[in-house]
Amino acid sequence: MGQIQTAVDIQTARLNADEYIKNFSDMHPPLGATAALVEADRCYFCYDAPCTTSCPTGIDVAGFIRMISTENNIGAARLILEENILGGSCARVCPTETLCEQACVRNDQDQRPVSIGLLQRHAVDAAMAADKQFFGRAADTGKRIAIVGAGPASLSCAHGLARKGHSVTILEACEKSGGLNEYGLAAYKMLDDFASREIEYILAIGNIDIRYGQRLGVDFDLVNLQNDYDAVFLGIGLSAVNNLGLENEGAKNVINAVDYIAQLRQSNSLADLPVGKRVVVIGGGMTAIDMATQIRLLGAEEVTLVYRREKEAMNASEDEQKFTQVKGVTIRYNAKPHRIQTNEGQICGVEFESTKNNEGGRLEGTGAYFDLPADMIFKAIGQVFEAPSNCGFELDKGRIQVDAERKTSVAGVWAGGDAVSDGEDLTVAAAQDGKLAAGSIHRYLCN
Amino acid sequence: MADLTSNFVGIQSPNPFWLASAPPTDKAYNVVRAFEAGWGGVVWKTLGEEGPPLVNVNGPRYGAWHSGDRRVMGFNNIELITDRPLDLNIREITQVKKDWPDRAMIVSLMVPCNEAAWKDILHKIEDTGADGIELNFGCPHGMSERGMGAAVGQVPEYVEMVTRWCKQYSEMPVIVKLTPNIADIRQSARAAHKGGADAVSMINTINSIISVDLDTFSINPSTGGKGTHGGYCGPAVKPIALNMVAEVARDEQTQGLPISGIGGISTWRDAVDFIALGAGNVQVCTAAMTYGFKVVDDMIAGLSDFMDSKGIQSVDEIVGKAVKQVTDWRYLDLNTIVKAEIDQDSCIQCGRCHVVCEDTSHQAISQMKGGQRHFEVLDEECVGCNLCVSVCPVENCITLRELSVGEVDARTGKTVSGEYANWTTHENNTMRAS
Repeated sequence: MGQIQTAVDIQTARLNADEYIKNFSDMHPPLGATAALVEADRCYFCYDAPCTTSCPTGIDVAGFIRMISTENNIGAARLILEENILGGSCARVCPTETLCEQACVRNDQDQRPVSIGLLQRHAVDAAMAADKQFFGRAADTGKRIAIVGAGPASLSCAHGLARKGHSVTILEACEKSGGLNEYGLAAYKMLDDFASREIEYILAIGNIDIRYGQRLGVDFDLVNLQNDYDAVFLGIGLSAVNNLGLENEGAKNVINAVDYIAQLRQSNSLADLPVGKRVVVIGGGMTAIDMATQIRLLGAEEVTLVYRREKEAMNASEDEQKFTQVKGVTIRYNAKPHRIQTNEGQICGVEFESTKNNEGGRLEGTGAYFDLPADMIFKAIGQVFEAPSNCGFELDKGRIQVDAERKTSVAGVWAGGDAVSDGEDLTVAAAQDGKLAAGSIHRYLCN
Repeated sequence: MADLTSNFVGIQSPNPFWLASAPPTDKAYNVVRAFEAGWGGVVWKTLGEEGPPLVNVNGPRYGAWHSGDRRVMGFNNIELITDRPLDLNIREITQVKKDWPDRAMIVSLMVPCNEAAWKDILHKIEDTGADGIELNFGCPHGMSERGMGAAVGQVPEYVEMVTRWCKQYSEMPVIVKLTPNIADIRQSARAAHKGGADAVSMINTINSIISVDLDTFSINPSTGGKGTHGGYCGPAVKPIALNMVAEVARDEQTQGLPISGIGGISTWRDAVDFIALGAGNVQVCTAAMTYGFKVVDDMIAGLSDFMDSKGIQSVDEIVGKAVKQVTDWRYLDLNTIVKAEIDQDSCIQCGRCHVVCEDTSHQAISQMKGGQRHFEVLDEECVGCNLCVSVCPVENCITLRELSVGEVDARTGKTVSGEYANWTTHENNTMRAS
């Protein structure tokens, strides 16, 4: 294998201002009033609707769509938010094609489901635009709950507890709330600062206090919370990333995708972001897709997403794969990174080995190799849970073990979101965790 | 290719599609556009007696009931008869007929209910060269408040009287347009027949209020906050019109009386429905007012292709083809047993059949099989009511199967005999014929 002899090409401002605006506009533009009525009219109002059964938060999908069809968007929003207070962001980021829309009976009839995500957004946006709040606080219970982390699971839990009259304190390590809604996800899925607007909407219920720059295990320990509060909820997400285990992995321009995406999401000027001419993204989940698509939209000329298994095994849905391909990303399946190539101390490419499934179904290298030149390499091969010190709860498959009510093995401590076992790593699953935990905590404190 | 030419009570037209007397036929400009588009004939918008033209409201005249995708399902109007001077209309009718001799030109009329008024206008119309007249006894708004339109049509004696005057003072074919705002449409048709009408046309519009504005609580449409009932038409009225046409077609007293079918005809299929139930031709308004005159293209091509596919040579072969199949409830065969059947391959599992049967009918569709979502008809409960077929979003997924002679009806345990039996002789009928 010969070394690739090219100078590293990483630049800022690869595009002009209009191109950035165009590239980072809404991935799925909102429905207009008439389009929403027409789309709502496609819903058959199924019995025991499969879309509802498929929603991790159990939103009455057929019910809210019927309300949209009668031009009662506010009623529709109430029905949505009753089950999922993060219905606005879920409408934007849920992989609906594998959840509610996958279950739509219209798939069988005309190969196109009702656009449930867009309709949900239509209703929730209408309620937020009207600043319509549906849920008040019950009489003060005098109970105080600490919530660690301010991501979707925690916000859902906090809102559920506030409704019951409890006082909530959220301790967040970062400078902003929202978790991955704020720091992760592709920018074109959450436009116009939606994550923070949604949080403002959620917090309007009151009695939820957020303290920033508070990291579990550094600034405080779980035992402090157990002593000071009546209950604790942990929504601490995944704080570490998987490594490739290759030489030169620590070299400059070998970047964790989650870090770059966080930088992008917080950037005030996309033109300031460094973008390689040729980029290789390694991974097969949503982070890998979001990374590849966004770096391409930032002006990278050649972006190759390399996944070690076959197309069907990819965590990112087929729709997401198509989306990134349409945006100009090349996906190469069945290849695993073998070597990070360098030239005069700078990375310059990745050597991959092709793979196949052997007869036992296990992935193995074929012995065939190929090179992909790269100015930047992004790692997106999964995040892992890092247990904070002095916590003492049981883990399961490397994440916090919880029961059906999201109780951990430690009395008085609940957990949810990506940090818990069997998590689906979805905003909507996190919202459900928070909702269930809030109900469980309320029963624990008030029965 | 099938022959679409039409001869309705001696009036020739290249096809059986006429524009009904309404805004689309108010003046030469519109009518010429219609003829250019291919319409077979027009019934010129109703003329009134000589004198200062009447006036319309300056607020909205039309209202619509929409489906979710903004299709016009029902439509109503409060426009009056023509508001243009009589002599202008007469001049234009004369000229258009001269320029378009192959198209049917019918003139709709409505004058006060006295002999002199009718006699006077009939001569004027005859001079235009028009092919016939249509008596507007149906307009349900405005004009009826002045003793015309539906106010005449609702009194059979007046219908007969005015029809007779028209036959007496004119050589032209007389078509009497019937109002549906009456308990039994056959009474009006019989009256027209007695008066010597060459044909009836039906139906005129139905008294209606479209909706209420939920912000102002005035009705839609409203003028200065007040509204009035308007004449309802469009696709929503078609089933009502079809029944009325069939009632007149199969009435012994009016059998053979030609009918010009009107009421929500939007497509060639609608037209065939009317013709099969006894209409000799059809008149269209709302479809043209919704889409423009070009809709006639589909009507002509569709009817022609349909006739070709069925080996039908002329429209007359279709006229009344379905009338014999219309009967009274009491003559329906009580020994015909049907059961719903769900084609599992085309079922999309929406479950609507189950929930409507469960909630509102006979609990005859199960929803689970082996722990899986699955919808299946329970023959022992199914009465064959057709509700599931009606609500299923997949055409032909649920069908009704007629049990063969010798089969046992799982619901009643009785064997199908194949013998015809109806209510008139049923043992539970205390009034049964002995």
